[in-house]
Amino acid sequence: MDLEVLVALPIIIPLLLGAISLTVLSNHNAQRWIGAVGTALLLFSATALLLQTKEHGIQVLEVGSWPAPFGIVLVSDMLGAIMVMLASTLGFITALYSLKTIRKRFERFGYYPLLHLLLAGVNGAFLTGDIFNLYVWFEVLLVASFALLILGGERAQMEGAIKYVTLNLLSSALFLTAIGLTYGLVGTLNMADIAVKLGSVDDQKMVTVIGSLFLIAFAIKAAAFPLFFWLPASYHTPQVAVSAIFAGLLTKVGVYALYRVFTLIFTADTGFTHEVLLWMAVFTMLTGVLGAAAQFEIRRILSFHSISQIGYMMLGLALFTPLALIGGIFYIVHHSIVKSSLFLTSGLIYRLGGSFELKKLGGLYRKHPGLAILFFIPALSLAGVPPLSGFFAKFILIKAGAEVDSWWAIGIALLVGLLTLYSMIKIWNEAFWKATPEPTPPVPAPTRNVLIYFSIGILAFITVALGIFAQSMYEIAEIAASQLLNPAAYIEAVLGRGSQ
Amino acid sequence: MTTLMAILIGTFYAAAIYMMLRRSVVKLVIGLILLSNAANLLIFTVAGLERGTPPLIPKGQDVIVGAAADPLAQAVILTSIVIGFGVLAFAVVLIHRACEVVQTDDMNEMKGTD
Repeated sequence: MDLEVLVALPIIIPLLLGAISLTVLSNHNAQRWIGAVGTALLLFSATALLLQTKEHGIQVLEVGSWPAPFGIVLVSDMLGAIMVMLASTLGFITALYSLKTIRKRFERFGYYPLLHLLLAGVNGAFLTGDIFNLYVWFEVLLVASFALLILGGERAQMEGAIKYVTLNLLSSALFLTAIGLTYGLVGTLNMADIAVKLGSVDDQKMVTVIGSLFLIAFAIKAAAFPLFFWLPASYHTPQVAVSAIFAGLLTKVGVYALYRVFTLIFTADTGFTHEVLLWMAVFTMLTGVLGAAAQFEIRRILSFHSISQIGYMMLGLALFTPLALIGGIFYIVHHSIVKSSLFLTSGLIYRLGGSFELKKLGGLYRKHPGLAILFFIPALSLAGVPPLSGFFAKFILIKAGAEVDSWWAIGIALLVGLLTLYSMIKIWNEAFWKATPEPTPPVPAPTRNVLIYFSIGILAFITVALGIFAQSMYEIAEIAASQLLNPAAYIEAVLGRGSQ
Repeated sequence: MTTLMAILIGTFYAAAIYMMLRRSVVKLVIGLILLSNAANLLIFTVAGLERGTPPLIPKGQDVIVGAAADPLAQAVILTSIVIGFGVLAFAVVLIHRACEVVQTDDMNEMKGTD
C-alpha cells in the first residue's frame, strides 16, 4: 500500500526542509518562507497520518523493505499519531511566532534549520518501532535543542546549557545501557519483538532492573521528581519561541517514551514499576507547583509548572486503567498547547511591558486588554477551570483515580490544581491588574504584533475548542488508550506481516 | 574474559560518575566521555564475546554455522560512537564558550539560573 509512506512523511519533510533551509542560510526571506510553509506542510501530513491511523488502525512502514524484526520499522499507532499531530501544530505555531521575533543574527546562525531538525527528531521518536532507533532520534532532537538553547550566547544561557547538556547526556547514557542490557537478554531491538520475547525470559528480576533503568532515563528526559533539576535551570534562558517549543514538546517526548515502554514492553511487574511511577508522579506534581509558588519571573513560574504538570501525565500511566490512560493522553495534548501558549504570551508581555519580572510589571490589562485575554484563557485552562481543556483532562484523571480508590493521589492532584490557580492569579494580579510600578521598565521599540497575536490566538482557540469538543478528543484518546492496553494489536501489526 | 570485561565496565561507570561529580567543567566532560565509552563496552560485552569468528556465511550454506561474533551489536556500537563523538564535540565547544562567558570553570560558581 502506497499510503504507508504517510508514516515516514512527518520525519522526511522536516529533514528535507532543514537541509534546504541550510543551503539558503544567508537569505532571510527564503528561510522564513521555508519555515512557515514547510511546517504548514508538516501539519498537513500529520493530519493525514492521524486520519489514516484513526480509520485503518495501526500503520506500519518497514524502512527499506527489511522485514521486521530485522529492519527498522516506523509504526504509527494512535498515540504516536496524536503526538506527531501535536508536534506539527506546535512547530507551525512556533515558526509563525518566530517570523517576527527571531532576530536576523540568530537566523544567520541557523535558527530555522535547527527548528526543522528538532521537529524531525521529535517526530522520529514518536514514530519509530525500534528501541535503538528511538535512542538515535533522541540524540537528533537533543543536538538540535542544545544549539537552540544557547542561541544568543548570554551568561544565563551558558550556565543553563551546561546543566541541560550534562543531565540529558547522562540520561542518554543510561538509556543506551538499558538498550544494551535488553539486547543481551533477548537479542532483538524491535520493540514489539522485545515485548514478545521478554515474557519467556527466565530471569524476570533482571527484566525489572532493566525496566528501572529505562524509567530513570526517561524520567530525566520528562523532568520528573527527583530528576528535574535541569529544567528550571535552563528553560527560561533561550529565545521565547524556543522556550515555548521546548516546554510544549521536549518533556513530552520523555513522557511518550515512558508511555510506550511501560505499556508495551515492561508490563510484567506493574506492581513494582507502576507503584514507583505513582510515587514519582505525586512528588513531581507537588515539588513543581511549590517551586513555582516561590518564583517571581514569569518564565520561571511557567517552567516549574511544566514539571508539576508532568506529574499528572505520569499519574495517568501509573494508575494504568483505561480511563487513566485516556486522561493522561488528554493531559499531554492539553498541556502542550497551553504551556506553549503561555510561554509565547510571556514573550509578548516582555515586548509590551518591558520585563519578565512580576515586580516590574503592571497595568497591562488597561493598556493591552487583548494580551490580557490571551493570557487569561490558557492560564485558567492550566489551572483546570471549566469549560477549558484543562478541566476535562484533570476531571478524567481524577475520576480514574477514584475508580481505583487512589484517594491520596487524587487529593494531591486537586491540591496542586488549586496551587496552580494561585500561581496563575499571582501572574494576573502582578502583571495585569496592579498599577504600573515606578520606574517603568523601558519597552522595546513598538512593532507590529499582529502575527504574534494571531499565533497565540490559535493556541488559545485550540484550548477552548478542546474543552467544548472534549467528546471528540476523548474518543481519539480512548482509541489510543485501548491500543496501549492491548499491546497484542501493536505486536500483530509489526510482526504479523512477516508471516504473510 | 566476560568477568574481566564486567569489572572493567563497572570501573568505567564509577570513574565517569566520579568525574561528573567534580566541580570543574573540564572533568565533567571527561566524565561524559567515559560514560559513553562504558555504555559502548557494555553493549559489546553483553552481545557475547567471540574471538576470531567473523559472521560470514560459508559458501553453499544459507545460515551461519556455529558461534560467530554478533554484527548487530557492533553496528549499534558504531552508531553510538559516532553520535557520542558529535555530542561530545558540542559539549567541548560549549564548556570552552561557557568558561569565556562566565569567567570560571567551577560548577559552584555557575548558579545564576538556579
